[in-house]
Amino acid sequence: MRRDIFQAIADPTRRAIIALIALQAMTPNAIANNFNTTRQAVSKHLRILTECELVKQEQQGREIYYSLEIGKMKEIDKWLNQFRKIWEARFNQLDNVLSTIKKKKK
Amino acid sequence: MKNNLLFDFTVDKATKTVFINREFDADLSLVWDAFTKREILDQWWAPKPWESKTKYMDFKVGGRRFYAMVSPDGEERWSIQKYTSISPKTNFKMTNAFADKDENPELPGSEWDLNFSEQNGTTKVSVTIYNESLARMEKMIEMGFKEGFAMTLKNLENLLTTLSQQ
Repeated sequence: MRRDIFQAIADPTRRAIIALIALQAMTPNAIANNFNTTRQAVSKHLRILTECELVKQEQQGREIYYSLEIGKMKEIDKWLNQFRKIWEARFNQLDNVLSTIKKKKK
Repeated sequence: MKNNLLFDFTVDKATKTVFINREFDADLSLVWDAFTKREILDQWWAPKPWESKTKYMDFKVGGRRFYAMVSPDGEERWSIQKYTSISPKTNFKMTNAFADKDENPELPGSEWDLNFSEQNGTTKVSVTIYNESLARMEKMIEMGFKEGFAMTLKNLENLLTTLSQQ
């Protein structure tokens, strides 16, 4: 199944993980200590974030550290731009509707 | 049609609010009608090739509009708008929530505040959309993304048609 950034940030725990590791690379245990959830649940979130290419892993000795892929977060700005286009299109259509109605009235 | 009409769009992620300002080359009463009468709303609300289909609309305080965005292959995405305040030809406020086809809303929704004003025959509309949850805002944007993508394809199609006729 293809993962995308929407899935990555659709979940509140994953958003919290993103906020945490944006500041510094962390091990899964250190991340899990910030949540009232099981280590397994945190691992699952990390796996999804990894599949979405939003986080990267780095081996340091026996520990794996997770950190954020900043470039990927920029995709969010791309969607905002898409959203802007919706409104642009919607209002251009309204321009046409208004001009049609005005012509009929005359 | 005037080409110098204002359009600005800003998103404040911190306050989870979207601000949109747009001017229209039409008088206030007509623009007000375009936003508050279903037969006109359905002509422009959905970005093509999506279509807006209003099942019912009761424009009064406490009244609702139940409508769907319909994709070219017939997929329906329902929403419920509930009008919470109306000052004719000046302002109206509503809540908007995604819903299933049986009118069960998916809460929390978003809060909309629309202001209308006219100057020299140009009507300015200011829309503020506040999303209670960040996840909701993401969903709204994600849906926008999908519709936007469909729209982009449509625009491409139009462009290709135009080019092929030259």
